[in-house]
Amino acid sequence: MSTNTLEEPKYNFEVVKWFTITSVIYLVVGTLLGTFIASQLAYPELNFDSPYLSFGRLRPLHTNAVIFAFGGSVLMATAYYIVQRTCGVRVWSDKLAWFTFAGWNTVIVLAVITLPLGLTSGKEYAELEWPIDILIALVWLAFMFNFIMTLATRKSSHIYVANWFFLGMMIMITYLHVGNSMAIPVSMMKSYSVYSGVQDAMVQWWYGHNAVGYFLTAGFLGIMYYFVPKQAEAPVFSYRLSVLHFWALMFGYAWLGAHHLHYTALPDWTGSLGAAVSIAMIIPSWGGAINGMMTLSGAWHKLRDDYILRFLIVSLAFYAMSTFEGPVMSLKTVNALSHYTDWTVGHVHSGALGWVAMVSIGAIYHMVTRLWGVKMYSNALMGVHFWMSTVGTVIYICAMWVSGIMQGLMWRATDDYGNLMYTFVESVDAMHPYYALRALGGLIFFLGGVIMLYNVVMTIRQPAGSGVTATAKA
Amino acid sequence: MSSFQEKNEKNVWLLSGVLAISLLVAGVVEIIPLYYLPDTMETLTKEEDNIRPYTALELEGRDVYIREGCYTCHSQMIRPFRDEKERYGHYSLAVESKYDHPFQWGSKRTGPDLARVGGKYSDEWHRQHLMDPKSLVPESVMPRYPWLESDMVDASVTEAKMRALSIVGVPYTDADFAGAAQAVQGKTEMEATIAYLQVLGTMVNFQEGKDYRK
Repeated sequence: MSTNTLEEPKYNFEVVKWFTITSVIYLVVGTLLGTFIASQLAYPELNFDSPYLSFGRLRPLHTNAVIFAFGGSVLMATAYYIVQRTCGVRVWSDKLAWFTFAGWNTVIVLAVITLPLGLTSGKEYAELEWPIDILIALVWLAFMFNFIMTLATRKSSHIYVANWFFLGMMIMITYLHVGNSMAIPVSMMKSYSVYSGVQDAMVQWWYGHNAVGYFLTAGFLGIMYYFVPKQAEAPVFSYRLSVLHFWALMFGYAWLGAHHLHYTALPDWTGSLGAAVSIAMIIPSWGGAINGMMTLSGAWHKLRDDYILRFLIVSLAFYAMSTFEGPVMSLKTVNALSHYTDWTVGHVHSGALGWVAMVSIGAIYHMVTRLWGVKMYSNALMGVHFWMSTVGTVIYICAMWVSGIMQGLMWRATDDYGNLMYTFVESVDAMHPYYALRALGGLIFFLGGVIMLYNVVMTIRQPAGSGVTATAKA
Repeated sequence: MSSFQEKNEKNVWLLSGVLAISLLVAGVVEIIPLYYLPDTMETLTKEEDNIRPYTALELEGRDVYIREGCYTCHSQMIRPFRDEKERYGHYSLAVESKYDHPFQWGSKRTGPDLARVGGKYSDEWHRQHLMDPKSLVPESVMPRYPWLESDMVDASVTEAKMRALSIVGVPYTDADFAGAAQAVQGKTEMEATIAYLQVLGTMVNFQEGKDYRK
């Protein structure tokens, strides 16, 4: 994996640079949208009586922006970066690489235009209409094909573990996107899902949970397996553990979707199956978290002044926490309380902010110094960003734990005579302070992203070679 | 580790193939049986079963519901719990959403469940509530939807929508297609949305005390 600086021009790092820059921009945009819609729930006047700014249309824009614009750009930046460096060859096709960059960003622009206009398929996390879905599929296949061909032309004898995760992610996302998006078009911007009712629910959550399981977990574990050892300058803790948890995760995660449908009209067997596998998934999830954290064994002191390593390691702590919380929430008895409440939203964000965003931020800072061959403009600002991300995430998830559990308890509470104790709107009213607090947590996280954008822009505007330490060491 | 793992790590095509199969198993096992296992859909007697496709106006209202992202805050799936029965009514059946392309069960209750909101309030209540939720429920955090009152349903696409749905199995008849445009002509999106809300959860005549799930 050691790279000779003199050989670097053989890699296509231009496309990686562009994906890296856009991912920072989309982090800022996505979290700004999130902060705005979170504020709407606390202060509904912010809907401004405008169709284009109403919560119901902007919420899908937020989820698409953070998952596909930010998450997708990070995955493409890191996949192209890692596959070239670990295989010792240039990406198989420059043209396909640039096509994925242009295509993916076109998808994002189209999302920004169509979603506020209310052009949506109405499937959660897969709202984009059918022509955009086709474009996504084409870009994705080009990405996957280019990645596989790069692996096929590699100079190293073995395929490095990070690439296994990327490859599994790419294959699964192809299944999920194509399977879930099947629809009958009515016009250019209107279609109906071919699935209905109970089957559509299962297909949707097979897609929805695995967008989390593969796009936001497997892909980012690939990131972890490259950047944690690199930044810690130590080999991965256990090869054996990585093999075991890789296959367990790949085979197992795909079953979990059904746990989103406990006590619904989905047959019991499906939900129970999903829950049983969900509990078992603690093992491979923690396998990954332990493998990442233990890579630092003997080098823990590095956390004291290396902010990149801090982002990476704290992300693994959040990963371990949310992959414990997830199986707990998939238990039927817990789910009876937590389903439909803010607890779910909090759980998603402990994964999305604490794990996905933090590991991405660490990887991006690392890549920026290597790609441009400079030191970060400000180490202190990275430190500020680290604390803002951590504090923002903790405020967010704590607010949602309290509000979620409170909702669940208020909805089911009965008085001495067996009548419901609260009307629904009393539970809405009780949420106000937590919704305000959640918006504050999101705001802090967003402002951290703004600082990152400033720091990255100032870094790459430095003349190349200033503070060459990073590249020389790589 | 094992030699098979070794082979996988050295051959990207083998690794891709093994992954392609491992990743597919769960989806096949959890989704396909839902299309043929008889217990997936509840069996209703003739008296109970009034489930029909949405009328042209209801369908247009449903599309407004989807367009405005109502599902991001409202579920349409009542679970078999005592508190949900008290608050929303009989638990939802799978057959009740068999014509819902896509399903609108939702995943979050920022607002209340709407699976059986049909008939619970008057049309005028819904109109006023959609225009200004706080005028009826002061603590509400729901946005106002004033544009529904002024925007008209586009009658030119209703028939095409029904034909598309019939391709995926919704039993619309030739008479439905023929009357589609006429039925929504001159209607506001508000009228369509209310027509949809008022039919939600009203298509099954539930028998007291009968258990519909095995």
